[in-house]
Amino acid sequence: METALAVLVGVFFTFAIYLLLSRHVIRMLLGVAILGNGVNLLIFTAGRITREAPPIIPDHLTVPDVAVANPLPQALILTAIVISFSFFAFLLVLAMRAYQELDTDDTDDMRVAEPANDVAPPVSY
Amino acid sequence: MAGSSDTIVDLSQAMVTAPTTAADWLVIAPVALCLTFSALSLMFRKDVSRQAPLAIVGFALLLIVAILLLRHVWMNGTMVMTMGRWLPPFGISFTVDMLGAMFVLTTAVIALLASIHALADLDSTQLRYGFFPFLFLMIGGVCGAFLTGDIFNLYVWFEVLLISSFGLLVLGSEREQIDGTTKYAYLNLVATTLFLVATGYLYGIFGTLNMADIARKAPLLRETAPLMTLAVLYFFAFGMKAAAFPVNFWLPASYHTPRIVVSALFAGLLTKVGVYALLRSLVVLLPAERAILAELIAWVAASTMLLGALGALAQNDIRRLLGFVVVSGIGVMMAGLALGSPLGLSGAMVYAVHSMLVMTALYIAAGLAGSITGSMAIGATGGGHKADPLLAFAVPALRPSRAGPPPFSGLWPKAMLVKASLDVGAWWLAGAILLTGLLTSIATVRVFLLACWRDRETVEGATSGGLLRAAPLAALLAMTLAIGVYPQPLLEAANTAAAAILDNAGWAAKVFPEAVQP
Repeated sequence: METALAVLVGVFFTFAIYLLLSRHVIRMLLGVAILGNGVNLLIFTAGRITREAPPIIPDHLTVPDVAVANPLPQALILTAIVISFSFFAFLLVLAMRAYQELDTDDTDDMRVAEPANDVAPPVSY
Repeated sequence: MAGSSDTIVDLSQAMVTAPTTAADWLVIAPVALCLTFSALSLMFRKDVSRQAPLAIVGFALLLIVAILLLRHVWMNGTMVMTMGRWLPPFGISFTVDMLGAMFVLTTAVIALLASIHALADLDSTQLRYGFFPFLFLMIGGVCGAFLTGDIFNLYVWFEVLLISSFGLLVLGSEREQIDGTTKYAYLNLVATTLFLVATGYLYGIFGTLNMADIARKAPLLRETAPLMTLAVLYFFAFGMKAAAFPVNFWLPASYHTPRIVVSALFAGLLTKVGVYALLRSLVVLLPAERAILAELIAWVAASTMLLGALGALAQNDIRRLLGFVVVSGIGVMMAGLALGSPLGLSGAMVYAVHSMLVMTALYIAAGLAGSITGSMAIGATGGGHKADPLLAFAVPALRPSRAGPPPFSGLWPKAMLVKASLDVGAWWLAGAILLTGLLTSIATVRVFLLACWRDRETVEGATSGGLLRAAPLAALLAMTLAIGVYPQPLLEAANTAAAAILDNAGWAAKVFPEAVQP
């Protein structure tokens, strides 16, 4: 199971990196979304896959009586999902605004902040 | 819960039973304060004139808390507070040592001065976009990153400061800003995702996220676990956050685009969080791996310094020039990380504090120069000495301070780092530090010559500086002079901090007071 998931994480990362290498903001955005999911799966796998009971303590006990699944990776993933979702939302709006203002979604054409024909500083006083 | 009433539970096995003292609350106070004031200033979003006094009060309180925290850590050593009172490593611990307390204090100083500058610099439109709520959130994130003792919590604070820095960066939505933010956002997001990848692996290996716990378990796992992979991943992720060569390109692409006060804050704080995280992860958590990587880190440091200095020489826009100066400073700090000796580490820490103050001041001075002389391009400015005498003094004082002649604060950390490099025979690293100093002085003195010294008869579009905008600059200048003339307290603090981060056993004893050592 771990091996299969590890391979799947690799596949996610491959797609994400391929998309992030694109010049187009929309593809990069898709890359970011896939990368986030790949990392979540990675944390899940790194936290050990067990087919145990859910981590709920019965009413009459103070500690679980059987081996239970590890809840911590799930808490980590939950945090990471929330964060990556908010980032995705921000980047989506940013991409739209960039398309409206700069009239391009090609990062090579985004040269407003760093103009290609920038003048050199004066060499004499 | 109801069913467990008949069994007696010994809470002391799972929870901290000692009462929380008032001093303990200091550990969490900087973060709590910033988040509270962020929410408060958000409530006044319709009435932005009230946000400004609120911000000054908030940051003044933060400064007081930071001073108290530093004083307490100075006298009593590392402080630990665990959230929810669960015993560490199960609860999230905040651990403050000298390094964290020192950086939090510097952050508070910069935040207060920058918000005073912002009062005069920003108009109500920018305030209505939410400058102060974002600022408080970002400062909260920065303080949280400096204070936390849990690696996943560190990731969360990174994201808090990152998302609020996006907000600050794009404030006003000008074309240039959207362009810069696109590059900043994607590259920083990739860096934090790599940090998360490394943290996922780390949890898989160690089964714990508490940094003190990781540090004490690392020697036991070194033979069997792929800790080198972790170290390289952390080095890459935090190197990207700190803008180290060759992953520094997001910084010169974005730092000149926002409002000048935002640039000043970013240059002062954000890359230093990356350096702090490098120190924490490589020196504290994985020291043996850092020693193996030392040569690589040293080369990265030297090329970052030189690339920054050469890039600064090639710029015509003052703000873009300063972006490269930030990069070269990161290289100098990483030299200390590469050396790893107590002297090298404390040199890097002193340099970080110096760099936070001076970079903020430089951007504020650039903003003043720009508004006084009407242009940010070196070729087009001039006449600064007539328009504003303070500026004409501040600029020559600040710019070489970056390069490090006496009596300014840059001298001491550079001297420490050069000595530490020569101690281990890394003459080329010492040479790179000195050469960077020379190149930086050429680049920055040229700005002074052209912008402040050169005479110009007519100045179009010029406005006066104003006391409120200049006061923070004067304060920062006084601080860098004070550190330059009387560096002893800062050097002592940095030496204590360096000794503390090299003493993992002492740290673990503070976090796990009653635990049996493994």
